[in-house]
Order: sequence, then structure tokens, then C-alpha cells
Amino acid sequence: MSDKIYGLMAEFDSPGALLRAAEQLRAGGYRRWDAFSPFPIHGLDQVMGYKNSLVGWVSLALGAGAFLSVAGLIWYANAFDYPVMVGGKPLFSAPMTFVPSYIMLIMGAAVGALLGMLGLNQLPRLHHPLLFKKNFELASRDKFIIVIGANDEKFNATETRQLLAAIGGANVEIVEDRA
Amino acid sequence: MAESLNIEELKRLAPPAELRRAPVIEGNQGLGWLTDKLSAFAEAKVPLWWWVFFLPSAFAAMVIFPTCLFYQVFTGVGVWGNNHPDMWGWDIVNFIWWVGVAHAGTLISAMLFLTRQHWRTTIGRMAEAMTVFAVAMAGLYPAIHVGRAWFDWFMFPIPNSNGLWPQFKSPLMWDVFAVNTYLMVSSLFWFMGMIPDFAVLRDRAKTRVRRAIFSFLAMGWTGSAWQWHNYEKAYVVLCGLCTLLVFTVSSIVGLDFCTAQLAGWHATIFPLYFVIGAVFCGFGMMLVLLTSLRKLCGLENIITRGHIDKVAKLTLVSGLIINYIYLMEIFIAWYSGDPYERWVFGHRFFGHTYAIFGWALILINVGVTQLLWFKKVRANLALLFVIGLLINLGMWCERFVIVVGSLYQDYLPANWGTYHPTIWDVGLFVGTLGAFFMMYLLFVKFLPMIAISEVKGAMPQGDPHHPLGGAPKGGH
Repeated sequence: MSDKIYGLMAEFDSPGALLRAAEQLRAGGYRRWDAFSPFPIHGLDQVMGYKNSLVGWVSLALGAGAFLSVAGLIWYANAFDYPVMVGGKPLFSAPMTFVPSYIMLIMGAAVGALLGMLGLNQLPRLHHPLLFKKNFELASRDKFIIVIGANDEKFNATETRQLLAAIGGANVEIVEDRA
Repeated sequence: MAESLNIEELKRLAPPAELRRAPVIEGNQGLGWLTDKLSAFAEAKVPLWWWVFFLPSAFAAMVIFPTCLFYQVFTGVGVWGNNHPDMWGWDIVNFIWWVGVAHAGTLISAMLFLTRQHWRTTIGRMAEAMTVFAVAMAGLYPAIHVGRAWFDWFMFPIPNSNGLWPQFKSPLMWDVFAVNTYLMVSSLFWFMGMIPDFAVLRDRAKTRVRRAIFSFLAMGWTGSAWQWHNYEKAYVVLCGLCTLLVFTVSSIVGLDFCTAQLAGWHATIFPLYFVIGAVFCGFGMMLVLLTSLRKLCGLENIITRGHIDKVAKLTLVSGLIINYIYLMEIFIAWYSGDPYERWVFGHRFFGHTYAIFGWALILINVGVTQLLWFKKVRANLALLFVIGLLINLGMWCERFVIVVGSLYQDYLPANWGTYHPTIWDVGLFVGTLGAFFMMYLLFVKFLPMIAISEVKGAMPQGDPHHPLGGAPKGGH
């Protein structure tokens, strides 16, 4: 057990309680904190102040990239490198190119969505200080957990603990930073 | 929050009974209970019935399947019944059939997500698994139908010493891309949906091995607001993409047919025809899997009769569209005035060789489907199970009629010939069925078969603006 502190963690009973606690924390000026829940909670994004997720853009970038590169590949393969005239059809045209390019757009965009999600969430991750806490296992079950990071400017072991209890948090405990 | 619950006020604000939606699950006892209930089957001892289904499936998948596969690959396509003029036989029939089975899975999980149907949360994961395994089976057929499976890489645009490239003007080439993309994207979608549930199983794991496996699969998922924020975006994007695939993959398979100059195939209706047929067939498979597994896995409260009723209604809708297309196809054949078209369609029902398949598809896809109009039928699970099986059979007959029924008598009577499957055709199909059910049973037993986090989010306890979710003053 090291004495380095990752943060303070508190438990809440319902998504409503978590949402209200999060509102109060934000109003109280805390910045380095996070809320953990077994499922996405409607309205939490706004309280946390998250803007539109970048995943959509990553997906679009990979999708568009795949579309253009496959269209280019088809031009290169069938019209430039080894042109073969089939049935008097043009060597390169939009209708013949569209379908495979479009299919690869879907492939690229799907891979982009998954990789974007993992990248922005910094996953896969082999280790996380919270995963050592017995109580944190309930965050995938029926408890809602708020963790205030020790790196928050307003963090103070005693005051923050009192605040967490005041906004309804139960089982407030210290999360050790085990690197 | 009990103190803020004012029952009288709640009653006054609540919508009238007839406007209320049925709860997503029955006997709801809170989020903890739900977690136990939904992960119970994956954590319990393997039940006897599982072995009873698993062993024959595994035998088909591990013995019959490789035997037929290797014999065909080593000997040649001639071991099948395919021969002039029926160059496409059971292999293509089964390919389309398996792609069809896949489609309803994507439709249920992706399209119903986009239309915010909360009841899909309980069956979405099972539908996605059906898609992944069925596409894998479908993809196998064209790969060995080419005859020399070791040249399959010719189909991919890989620079090679022959200096040759694939011909991208051919819909058969598009098929390669479509089926591979479908397999890849539906697997990604399935896997990403399971990440939070892997975390649930990780946190519940009792043994070190189990914990290690699910920790690896969950990849360090903690369920923070930031993670959910990005996850939800990625999920909705993937749902949109999968919805596109529902309409694309079978359309491209349909294009293989309608670009061919063959009476019975050369029709503009084919892409739509194949999409709807696929969805209809997949709903049949979904009925089979849902009605049996809800009972066997003790999930009667989760996959409620209401959900099955909705799946049955969707089956009916897709069935009616298919019925309309049958009618339209026959009408166009007559209206075209083309004697060859008329000949083919006449022979589908009154020819001497394959008329039985034509009538089977009418009897099942047009006749049996109409039973789903009746509420009593939709409430009878045993009957729905049988109807589901029959729909799969009916759709198989339809594909047989389209593929073989159009090929066996084309423009030149000198070309005519009949098609009979051999033992290797049958064995391979049995093998793919076995492989599908083997993988499905493994999924049901060892992976989270129901989207735990999604079901929780659809519960009143998961809604921060509902009194049960802890909203003050009655919520909303």
C-alpha cells in the first residue's frame, strides 16, 4: 500500500442522486472528478460539461478515407494499371465504383467508431487504481460512484470528504494510487 | 428517494392506463436483482439440456463439416450436384439463406435502436450473435464454390506477380466486399456492445481464471461518464452503419441475379426482394431462438411475451411485403409479355420437376404467415417456434426456386437439365447448421447473452428523472 492518493470515492444509490451530486460538485468548482455508473445516465453529459463526442469525426475520417482510397484503387486497377474493356463499358465510371467504395466506407467508418471510442477512452488499459477497490465492483452492478481526483486544485482530504458526505455520498473512502 | 415520493401527486400526473407502455421486463426488483438474473446463466453450471443440444451440433461442426469441406476442396465442385446448366445449386441457395438469417439480427439490434424501441435491449444481443455466426456460415459458401479455394486471394485487390486485378464491374466482386464487410462490422458491433457487460462479469467473477479472462475482454472498462459518453456516440454510429448494411448486403446479392440475362432473375425488384426475404427469414430464426432459449435459460421475465409478440408482428410485416413481392414478380412476368419469363414462372408452380418447392413457398410464406394476424397464435410460444422453423424452410424453398428453378430450363431446350443435390451438398449444409448452433450455444453459455447495461438503462430505476431512479418530487 503506498501513501500516494489517487482520489476520494463515494457511493450513491440511484442515478437521480448521482446526477444531483454531480450538479453540486460542478457548482462547487471541482474539475478533476468523474462519475461511474453501470449504464449511461441521461443528462449526465450536460452536467459534466461534455461537448459532442469526437468519435463521430474519427468514424467519418476513416470512412471517407476508405471510400476515396477504394475509388482510387479501382481507377488504378481497372483503368490505369491493367485496363480491360468489358462489354463496351467505360474503364472507370461512378456507378461501378460506387458500390465497393461505399461498402468499404461502412467498413472504415465502423472500424473508426470502435477505434475512436477505445482511443478517446484510453482503452485497452491494463490497470486502473479504481479496479483495486472492492466497493468499486458495485459500479457495474447497482451503485453509482463519484471519484474526486487528488489532482484537483480544490482537493483537500478532509474538506472533500465532508463535501462528498454532505451531497449524499455513502462509504466515502480513499483510493490509493498504485502505479 | 422515498421521502419525495408523493403517491397522490404521482397518480394525478401519470398517463391513463391505455397510454402507458408495458414495462420492458416483468417482476422488476431493481438493478442488483437484474444484474444477478442476467449474469446467472453465464455463471451457473452447464445444464444438461445444453449438452443435449451441444454434442450433436459439435459433432456436425467438427466431424461432418470438415469431412465434406475437405472432400470437396480436394476433389472439386463436381462432388456436388452442380452441373450444366445448374451451375449454382445448394451452395448458392444456402449462401443466400444464411445471409438472410443474418439480416434480422442487424435489423433488430441496429434499426430498433435508432427508433428508440426499448424492448430491443433484451433481445438485441442474441440477435447480433445470430448475425455474426450466420454471416460466417454464409461467407464460407462462395469461398469454396469458386472451385479452387486456394485461389480465393484472387478476389482481393492484392498486387501480384501475374499483374492481374479483380474486375470491379462485376456484382460478384462487390459481393466479396459486402459479405466480408458485413462479417467484420457485425462482429465489431457485437463485440463493442459486450465490453460493458464483460466488465460486469469481471466484477462478479469468483475465480482468478474467470476474472483474468473477463478483465482481458473488458479491456479496463470502468464505466466512467467520459467512457459512456464516447461509447454511446460510437454505438449510435455503428447502429447507423449496420442499418445501411441491412439494405446493402442482400441488395448486392440480389444484383448478382438481376444483372444476369436469365428469365426469372433479370428483374429490377431483386435487390429489395432479397433484403425483405432475408429479414423475413431472419425473423423466423429469431422466433425459433427466442421462444426456446427464454424457457431453457429461465428468462421468462426478461424476454417477455410482449417482446415475442412484437417480433411476431415484425415477422408478419416482413412476410406481407414478401407476399406483395411474389405477387408483383408474377404480375411483371405476365405483363412483360416475354414468353421466357412466363415460361419460368409457369414452371415454378406447374412444372414437373420442382413445382413442389414452388407450392411449399406459397403454402408457408404466404399461407402460414397469415396465422400471425391472430393474437392467440402470437401468444402461443410452441406454435411460434414451429412457425419460425417453417418460415426458415419456406425461405429456403424460395431461394431454391429462384436459383435452380430459373437455371434448369433456360432459353435453349437443348440446354435443359435437372439438378439433384448429392450427399456432400447435404452434409455441408448440415455441417454449417451444426457450426452455427455450436457457436450459438457457446455464446449463450459463456458470454453475456443479454445486454445487461442496456436493459438497466431501459428500467425505471435507470432513469434519473423517474421516482424509482431517485428523481425528487415524482420526477419528469
